[in-house]
Amino acid sequence: MSPKFVLLWTDATTWALILCMVVYAVAVARSPNLKASWRKVFRDAPALCSSLILGLCVLLTAADSIHYRNALPPVPGTPRGVVAYDTVTRSGLDWLLSSLIESREDTYSRPLDYLSYRRDTASINGQLQRISPRLKHGGAHLSDPDHQWAADLASRVGTGLVLGLALAVACALALFGLLARTRRAGFLETAASVWRKEGDIPWRAGLWTLVVMATLVGVTVSLMGAYHVFGTDTTGNDVLYQSLKCIRTAFVIGSLSTIATLPLAVVLGIMAGYFRGWVDEVIQYFYTVLSSVPNILLIAACVLMVQVFLDKHPDMFETGVERADVKLALLCAVLGLTGWASLCRLLRAETMKLRELDYVQAANAFGVSATRIMVRHVFPNVAHLMLIVTVLDFSSLILYEAVLSYVGVGVDPSMNSFGGMLNLARKEMSLDPMVWWSFFAAFGFMVTVVLSVNLFADGVRDAFDPRARAFRPRLPVTRKPAAQARNQG
Amino acid sequence: MFSYLVRRTLYGALILLGVNLLTFFLFFTVNTPDDMARLNIGGKHITQDLIDKWKIERGYDKPLYVNDAKQGAEKFTDTIFWERSVSLFELRFGRSDAESAGDIGPEVRRRMGVSVQLALPLFTLQVFASTAFALLLVMFRHTRLDFWGVVTCVLMLSISSLIYIIAGQVMFSRLLKVAPISGYVPGWDVAKFLLLPIVLSLLARLGTEARLYRAMFLEEISKDYVRTARAKGLSETVVLFRHVLRNALLPIVTSAGAYLPYVFLGSLVFESFFGLPGLGAYVIDAITKQDFAVVRTMVFVGSLLYIATFVLIDVAYTWVDPRVRLG
Repeated sequence: MSPKFVLLWTDATTWALILCMVVYAVAVARSPNLKASWRKVFRDAPALCSSLILGLCVLLTAADSIHYRNALPPVPGTPRGVVAYDTVTRSGLDWLLSSLIESREDTYSRPLDYLSYRRDTASINGQLQRISPRLKHGGAHLSDPDHQWAADLASRVGTGLVLGLALAVACALALFGLLARTRRAGFLETAASVWRKEGDIPWRAGLWTLVVMATLVGVTVSLMGAYHVFGTDTTGNDVLYQSLKCIRTAFVIGSLSTIATLPLAVVLGIMAGYFRGWVDEVIQYFYTVLSSVPNILLIAACVLMVQVFLDKHPDMFETGVERADVKLALLCAVLGLTGWASLCRLLRAETMKLRELDYVQAANAFGVSATRIMVRHVFPNVAHLMLIVTVLDFSSLILYEAVLSYVGVGVDPSMNSFGGMLNLARKEMSLDPMVWWSFFAAFGFMVTVVLSVNLFADGVRDAFDPRARAFRPRLPVTRKPAAQARNQG
Repeated sequence: MFSYLVRRTLYGALILLGVNLLTFFLFFTVNTPDDMARLNIGGKHITQDLIDKWKIERGYDKPLYVNDAKQGAEKFTDTIFWERSVSLFELRFGRSDAESAGDIGPEVRRRMGVSVQLALPLFTLQVFASTAFALLLVMFRHTRLDFWGVVTCVLMLSISSLIYIIAGQVMFSRLLKVAPISGYVPGWDVAKFLLLPIVLSLLARLGTEARLYRAMFLEEISKDYVRTARAKGLSETVVLFRHVLRNALLPIVTSAGAYLPYVFLGSLVFESFFGLPGLGAYVIDAITKQDFAVVRTMVFVGSLLYIATFVLIDVAYTWVDPRVRLG
């Protein structure tokens, strides 16, 4: 029987966003200006490398944004044609990682371990001893773990490395082939030129990132089925699975919240800058009021209200996942509605500058209506600011989510998020002996995601805002030998 | 100057009125006092009598905006909106919604002292450390030190403050045992409890601020007066400290000043992690207990501080840069 697909609110918006990105990509490919700017972004090695990591994260997010509920086997006694569905909503990512969900242990276990973290008292040969029981799934295939464990681990890591490297090499060959075709050069020649770091796009750095990513993914995948790569948490759930699920939450919060700020900020900012006078005064008053409330308090206040509303209508949602999802969507809306002031201020200032320029004055003189001027002449010229602020805000929102979850106004506790993981990790770190793996997993994933977003954002800012490029730190340029310079001259 | 201050204060009052309207709308119209009562009493068996009693105890038993039962001006003054707004502007905060807790006013005053103890040294050190680090990077610009310094900054600002706290507590309190994990005592002994939060908070924000200040310094350095100063034969150090630092102070005052409200409001996360009974911890408690009266008061106090800060920043401009005249 076919499962029932569930379209959650954030799923719909995520897919809409991905569609918008595709449309934007097509627009970029058609417009020489935009194309040149984006080329500049990818000329920056950190931006290129982090865009690969972000690409993987977007894939995970997309896979995690298809939700379905399995049909239950028919129970005798129910009328024909009525299908009951599982109350558990699963996603595409869950389906991919189903082995991780099913291999649930009783409680904590260390990464890659075959013994539980818990110690039971058992009598062995008449003596009471404290021993750790074997895990139900982690390393369960080993008959004599004490001796086989290290060898098994090594062989699995080896397989993973080989598979990962093979994948990386395949990608590299595909890249060389594509480059050779566009450059109309020989295959080996292209490969050599990439290796010598020739050309404006740092393909070599990108390939190294790809190699690291592919080997890490390969090793993880080959270990994943037999062991808990990052251990298990207090209820025995796999930590790797949780960390992967957090990526979607982080991306949804980062993207939807920034998108939610745009309509208000853009419309009001351009209007305030263009019309000035009383319109400007009123809009300024609005955003001064909003920004004079400490941000976290305003968000907390709004989220508390959302909470009360959801508590009042418990029957609106069929499953817990739907409820948690609406809460996430509303959190993004709240973050958007409370966070538009700074972008609005920026756009207002920029529009004030633009409206004095000749082409706007000319349009005005020709009798073009104000709305049309704002849409056709002002908006395209402030769009780059919008893009820069959007990508710059993305990472701070991911960090903000952690704080909000700690305060208790973040995402639903049933939903995996970095904030929730850190919150639990805090208690685990105070246990004795310390349970450190959840913390390190959350730390590693979060830093990787946020750092790549930051590096990518820096690249975008440098490419679209020429002023920002001056502040880029540069390594001292090693001078070419004088003889070579003479030869060229 | 004086007329400017009066104007700013009046505008500030107008903004506060807006904040008050906004919070009132959020807290009383989106959710009626009945909902709050139900949430606060909790449990399954809630009768209308209980709700009414709860509302009378806290003075929520009046109409929200317009009281039709009264005549004349009382039609508008004998309402929750009027009473709550007027008392907020008079800085009378009333009692908290929670059953056991008392008045909010004295609690806010007491906790503000604690918050200032943490935040004032933190603020001073923060500005000093970030400026010093940024200056160091600028001094050695276009060298390896600058490059790796900025890389460190980017790495540091990509780490959540929660991670700094958790890792710092484990490392310094559990493993090295140099500072207590959390706690608070009145008097000078508090220093040992404040040490760890101050250091960690410093680290958590150093990346963001140092990178920002570095950009500000570099922007100043590219200006003409710097070239003139160098052409005069001044040493690079003198140029940096006498000319560039003075001029970059203006944007630094703006960006550092934006944090001033938090000197009084306290850092939400740091206070609650380190068990310091300041305003930040108070807010978190109120949020988890869903004590709306306290949250509303703190929103008001927060905006008041914020508006006051921006007037202060403007005054500080005149002090930092004699060219600025407030008129």
